Amino acid sequence: MEHGSFTNDSDASFTLAEEDHTLANAVRFMLNQDPRVTLAGYSIPHPSLECVNVRVQTTGDPAREVLKDACQELMLMNRHVRSVFDKAVSEFKVEQARLAAEEEEKKKAEEEAIKKQRDLLASMDIESD
Amino acid sequence: MTTKGEKRIVSEEDKIFAKNFNIMDHPDIPTGLPPHLQLQRTRVLCKNDAPIHTASVTYSGAYNAVGVDNSVKLENFSENFKVDVIQLSKDGMELTFDMIGIDAAIANAFRRILLAEVFLVILVLQFPTMAFEKVFIANNTSIVQDEVLAQRMGLVPIAADPKLFEYLSENDQPNEKNTIVFKLHAKCAKGEGRKKVLTKELIWLPKGSELVKESGDSNSKPKTYTSFSRSQKESFPEFADNPISPSYPDILIAKLGPGQEIELEAHAVKGIGKTHAKWSPVATAWYRMLPEVILLGEVEDEDAERLVKACPENVFDIEDMGNGRKRATVARPRDCTLCRQCVRPNYGEEVNKGVEEKEWIENVSLRRVKNHFIFKIESTGSLPPDVLFTEAVKILEDKCERVIANLS
Repeated sequence: MEHGSFTNDSDASFTLAEEDHTLANAVRFMLNQDPRVTLAGYSIPHPSLECVNVRVQTTGDPAREVLKDACQELMLMNRHVRSVFDKAVSEFKVEQARLAAEEEEKKKAEEEAIKKQRDLLASMDIESD
Repeated sequence: MTTKGEKRIVSEEDKIFAKNFNIMDHPDIPTGLPPHLQLQRTRVLCKNDAPIHTASVTYSGAYNAVGVDNSVKLENFSENFKVDVIQLSKDGMELTFDMIGIDAAIANAFRRILLAEVFLVILVLQFPTMAFEKVFIANNTSIVQDEVLAQRMGLVPIAADPKLFEYLSENDQPNEKNTIVFKLHAKCAKGEGRKKVLTKELIWLPKGSELVKESGDSNSKPKTYTSFSRSQKESFPEFADNPISPSYPDILIAKLGPGQEIELEAHAVKGIGKTHAKWSPVATAWYRMLPEVILLGEVEDEDAERLVKACPENVFDIEDMGNGRKRATVARPRDCTLCRQCVRPNYGEEVNKGVEEKEWIENVSLRRVKNHFIFKIESTGSLPPDVLFTEAVKILEDKCERVIANLS
């Protein structure tokens, strides 16, 4: 829902239903980064009502387009975050698996060494007998 | 010396040079922000009484006067953004990772979504999870009241993937696609000591409810509280060999004295954390900014020893400089919990009467890096934490899409 004027569409307030600080703060941040924006802010009229008012004032471009662009950029940013995170986690898991395999090998090598020593001692005992 | 009337001939080379000349390319001219502004922009200074410069400077034209662009364009963000996974616990339920290059507004949005909006099947914010919603109590002679027992059952985490199940709305019949049924029958015989009822005594009923609803007909098949047409073992092949069970088998539900008995049936449905916290998929999720500890001056010898002793997290270390002189260095700034012992008068030690108390010590500057977050996610057991975080990011994307659709 947009509250603005018919003649000047560069300043407008938008009401988003069923939203709270989660989306509103993120959108406000993206709006502020846009050089076309002179004022961007949000308010929550009452905490029991699930609704957010976002105010956008621009240097000439229609406020609705600027808000759409900000949401679009936020979406792209999220996609990037997701891909980087997935890559980092899979790399970490591969690294962990590799370390675990190395430790297993080390343990096996140690056990073999101990076994060999024991066999050696056992055979020595038989000789001394 | 040029006199009036002498004209200077401007060659083509001069014209090209003048066109391409940019004062900022000159090696002596400083580019970027002056260091004190850069400090204000990227660091939170934690002073003795309160932190300053906490709000991030978001306005894109904030530093126009100095000629620096403060906007975060998508290309710059993509280049600078990094994620480092620090630790994943053995059972895979706790994840610690670093996010570098992101702003607090978005990190907080992720945290809020993880807590409240990821669906969890029962026991389960936009993250759905499964949790017990209806508890049918056939017999309860323990000292735990019915409603208290039901509330405790609701908080038990269930290890079932919520994506396999559908929502149960008010008009629907509970069937095998939207409900999981568990049974609990615990009894403490007379003569025995007190008995603990743990979650491992919850038995999964894949064929649906066994409690019979009272109805007038005695000829037709007795109706139960759920209408399962098939056993869940058939409809969900994943559960054929490993039965659905709570995430942890040793959670205490109730204690029974001799002669007491509990017999109940619990139905689990899908929900989100927004409706009730039992449907939250994370035990908790939080982040902190990377701490930075800077020594403002040389701290030597005795002062260095006292500084190292004062810090409870062993952030500082002694470095030998030769000639028997020692110096304090910052070894583990990441462990700093901002207890401020290193800046208290006399490093927090007791002051003997008669000795003058010193002012706050200005040797150490405690700072936080504004765009480097150390995230910690602890899952309750139904979904691993990396899946949870990916879902949370997807949910923020969906929210943006909804707004865009509404605007067009």
